Amino acid sequence: MSKRSLNNQKDRWFQYFGIFSTLIGLILLALFIFQITRDGIGRIDWDFIVSLPSRFYAKAGILPAWTGTLWIFALTAIIVIPIGVGAGIYLQEYAKKGRLSNILEINIANLAGVPSIIYGIIGLEIFVRVLQMGGSLLAGAFTLALLILPIIIVATREAFKAVPKSIKEASYGLGATKWQTIWYQILPIASANIITGVILALARAIGETAPLIVIGALAYVPFVAKSPMDEFTVLPMQIFNWVSRPQHGFLMNAAAAILVLLVFVFILNGIAVYLRNRSRKKFGL
Amino acid sequence: MENGNIKIETKNINAFYGEKKVLHNIDLQMEANTVTAFIGPSGCGKSTFLRLLNRMNDYIDGFRKEGDVLINGVDIYSKNTRIEELRKQVGMVFQKPNPFPKTIYENVVYGLRIQGIKDKQKLDAAVENSLKRSALWNEVKDDLQKNALSLSGGQQQRLCIARTLAVEPSIILMDEPASALDPISTAKIEELIYELKQDYTIVIVTHNMHQAGRVSDKTAFFLSGDLVEYNDTKAIFTSPKDQRTENYITGKFG
Repeated sequence: MSKRSLNNQKDRWFQYFGIFSTLIGLILLALFIFQITRDGIGRIDWDFIVSLPSRFYAKAGILPAWTGTLWIFALTAIIVIPIGVGAGIYLQEYAKKGRLSNILEINIANLAGVPSIIYGIIGLEIFVRVLQMGGSLLAGAFTLALLILPIIIVATREAFKAVPKSIKEASYGLGATKWQTIWYQILPIASANIITGVILALARAIGETAPLIVIGALAYVPFVAKSPMDEFTVLPMQIFNWVSRPQHGFLMNAAAAILVLLVFVFILNGIAVYLRNRSRKKFGL
Repeated sequence: MENGNIKIETKNINAFYGEKKVLHNIDLQMEANTVTAFIGPSGCGKSTFLRLLNRMNDYIDGFRKEGDVLINGVDIYSKNTRIEELRKQVGMVFQKPNPFPKTIYENVVYGLRIQGIKDKQKLDAAVENSLKRSALWNEVKDDLQKNALSLSGGQQQRLCIARTLAVEPSIILMDEPASALDPISTAKIEELIYELKQDYTIVIVTHNMHQAGRVSDKTAFFLSGDLVEYNDTKAIFTSPKDQRTENYITGKFG
């Protein structure tokens, strides 16, 4: 067989392999959604959305859970965006490149790989105990902010790196300071990518259970949280609680809650994709 | 050469990227209201030298220089020099047109806005004035709110020149300003350089020898980080003193 036809064949085989790998992911996702929908769709109605949990599965609802998820989403965003974006900008634009910044960089990348339950333990010690926040929404939001902070720092840096150097030089060349260049030129171009990163990270945060269990989020919350200092539950906690019950009815409730959570996450991801496409068009990136 | 006429002067410039020395002992004096061209093959140090004149190399990791750069007799690398003030005085046009992804109007007024100028009349006047001077006004006067990225390459480069003029510098550095443009756009830029010479001191790096011959009064030939020859452009092109200059301009290498 000639070298060329061998290469062609390799090319074709790799294509098959690629299609196969892609399909596996898609099929598994489709199966999962199919099963969850089959089990859960029948349970979703207005009552399910606006009811408090109950020990009778037919009466139980997810009001405290989804409002808790919204609370956590908003609070985490408020905490993590300024810190994460600020740190990202500092590391990318201001920090002197050297050994220290290399070590810092590797550590931040590593932090993104630390199991989430470890963050729960940190959160329990720092926020719940030392700062005496208790098992409140605020403690939960701080803990999750810690969890996704590295992702946001990295996303910010990547977004800044994607801005052409020529734009920076043009701005400096006209007498702009570093901060003016960042504020007027780089941030507007980078912001869509940063927001995309933030949204994807937040989507991850609202799916987390383990760290919230550790800091003492409750499984049974018969009220809607009214302030950041209230105790709380979130959708994943509610789901976790229901799937560990023996009655089949609660499994159906769990499936229905999963559907609601999925809708949340899909909407967030949709917004992220939309923003990214819009910025690509606008800035020709 | 009268001393009072010297706008830019460099003394014993050595420059390094890390350990690598890229400029050797460059002494050069450029007069006001002249066009000085830097020519030489790629990697000869001409761009590095140009970027020393408005401290654009400051951001490059591992870059280091020795020697002094004086503009109007003032050391621009001294502790008292504010780098932003320097760049208002020494504008720069880059190799690839690099307009901001904003409107034409916003591109021109950016340098003024960052100085805190908000007066609409002042800004409008600056836009018209700068675009007229860069010979772009007639083409864009009805579309000032159009995105600058929708302009052609040649128009973008003239916009970049307008943006630089708006800040009212006295020196304009041009780093191969026409190398990414078609011949017609190039001719327009060259014409423009000739016009601007009345009011500005222009330093231009170019790969194109004919361009240097057409637009400049003085030419400096760089080779491997050395300033080989610096003289009136006419003299450089008709009777170069150094064999290497002659080889280069007659196309034997480079």
